[in-house]
Amino acid sequence: MTTTALDRPAGRTGGGGVPAGPARRRPRNQLWPALGMIAPAALGFLVFYLYPTLRGAYLSFTEYNVLGSPVFVGLQNYVDMAQDDVFWNAVRVTFLYVVLNIGFQTVLAVGLAVLMHRLTRSVLIRGSLLLPYLIANVVVALLWFWMLDYNIGIVNAVIDAVGLPKVAFFGDEAWTVATIAGVNTWRHLGYTALLVFAGLQMIPASVYEAAAVDGAGEWRTFWRITLPLLRPVLVLVLVITVTGAFQVFDTVAVTTAGGPGNASRVLQLYIYEQAFARGHFGYASAMSVVLFLILAGAAFAQMRLLRAGESDLS
Amino acid sequence: MRTRITWGRALAWIVLWLFVLATVLPFYWMLRTAFSDNQALAAQSFSLLPADFTLGPFKRVFGLATPEEALAEGGSGASLSFWLYLRNSLVVATAVTVGQVLFSSMAAYAFARLSWPGRDAWFAVFLGALLVPPIFTSLPNFLTIKSLGLLNTLPGIMLPSLFMTPFAIFFMRQFFLGIPKEIDEAAMIDGAKPWRIFFRIILPISAAPVTTLGILTFINTWNEYFWPLLVGQTEESKVLTVALGVFRSQTPQGAPDWAGLMAASLVAALPIVILYAVFGRRVINSIGFSGIK
Repeated sequence: MTTTALDRPAGRTGGGGVPAGPARRRPRNQLWPALGMIAPAALGFLVFYLYPTLRGAYLSFTEYNVLGSPVFVGLQNYVDMAQDDVFWNAVRVTFLYVVLNIGFQTVLAVGLAVLMHRLTRSVLIRGSLLLPYLIANVVVALLWFWMLDYNIGIVNAVIDAVGLPKVAFFGDEAWTVATIAGVNTWRHLGYTALLVFAGLQMIPASVYEAAAVDGAGEWRTFWRITLPLLRPVLVLVLVITVTGAFQVFDTVAVTTAGGPGNASRVLQLYIYEQAFARGHFGYASAMSVVLFLILAGAAFAQMRLLRAGESDLS
Repeated sequence: MRTRITWGRALAWIVLWLFVLATVLPFYWMLRTAFSDNQALAAQSFSLLPADFTLGPFKRVFGLATPEEALAEGGSGASLSFWLYLRNSLVVATAVTVGQVLFSSMAAYAFARLSWPGRDAWFAVFLGALLVPPIFTSLPNFLTIKSLGLLNTLPGIMLPSLFMTPFAIFFMRQFFLGIPKEIDEAAMIDGAKPWRIFFRIILPISAAPVTTLGILTFINTWNEYFWPLLVGQTEESKVLTVALGVFRSQTPQGAPDWAGLMAASLVAALPIVILYAVFGRRVINSIGFSGIK
């Protein structure tokens, strides 16, 4: 559900964006029809967003195996977590994945977006680049699982033909996280590039013309003009992609299921296993509280570090 | 205008085309494998054409192959109810799309164009739900669906996203805010009530964003894996994505049924590809920063 979560950004989101004018011009109170219209959405919001958020926070302080009723245990789950090596390993693996995935993806996407911006407006090119993003994670994971197969996958066939040693992309501990990060980079690259591309289109042409008049080359223009002016957009892109990356699950569940050993046991997979394979719902809830806090912290840090609100254009 | 062909520009084009090739070729590889015979895959791992062309993988996927035929081409003898999964995916994605788009549009209309006390505060609260990651609500939602007795049913899979998503409301509200006030004021002077204005005037002129939102919702629901994995485990309630994961683990010891797996993946991706071929421009244009200007 990240597709265009992007249309969300700052500015007009809050209630402040709505002018108070109409209310004064039209004093009629439309409370009743309004309530009728938001009723279904409000039901969905209360039952499937608000209530589970509060309940999830509560469950994190309980011991609960789904069959009985939750028993309040205070901070016990959090204490257990601090001593759970598999949990810390999951945190480490998840961070490694996020760094690799976001690293590859952002650099390539900015490069690709600049290429498109300078060369073409072709919808066909943009359309093909976006395609992987629209295909289910599961399908993409299976496709790459096949292409990267050790025995007869095309990638290893090529590696072998060139005379290099074959690589067990999903089976070798040293490779597995990087491989999963790579597969998801392939899936998200076009989407991320299109977001950056949209940001590039907001930079006024006059700035580039001025740079050209001053005799700046492509390289210099990119580092001195494009990148700084792209910063606010880049922060939003990062917040969205990083938030998504921390919740990686599908690709891992379908390919390695956390292995070899715990090498790719990411946080969300571990939460899933604790809740559904071992029936530790309270512990799983506590871990998802931590994941939530990590996400909030990461988003906040990115906004602060990269000064998202300010634009160099003004 | 004369385009100056420079080395740099030519190189840039080559790099761009490499990106496009790297994006598209794996899909071709999926297609090529889906028409191959498993027994021949190893020997012809380089061949750009299917290895010993056969429709066998698709027959296996749709349960048209006898167990002997399936085993002969390296499939598992087990049969799959692929039609059932396909139907489940279609039912879930269609229902969620219709419900979510309709209910979110109604709410967005109330937030954008009706005046009532507390409107902006409520909108902010709704939007706050964007900050809560799906994993956080999934575990309690599983318990809710369980106590409603809807585990392993299609309604159980649909329910959490049937009524709204914060994004859908935000998306439609942005559009509704841009419609000139005079339109509903004129209708109101003629005595029309908000419900009538919404269904007769606002919704029809919003066909474009409604379609875009509908396509995005359909694609997202179709591709969803985590939630249906939690609440749709039985044969009757499995959707395609969940079934695909199983299809892999069903293969007997030894080499997986790669050709069958790719055929199944292809079938699972096909509706999205068709939708994309028809509405591609809309999807592409929906990606951007309509929020910041």
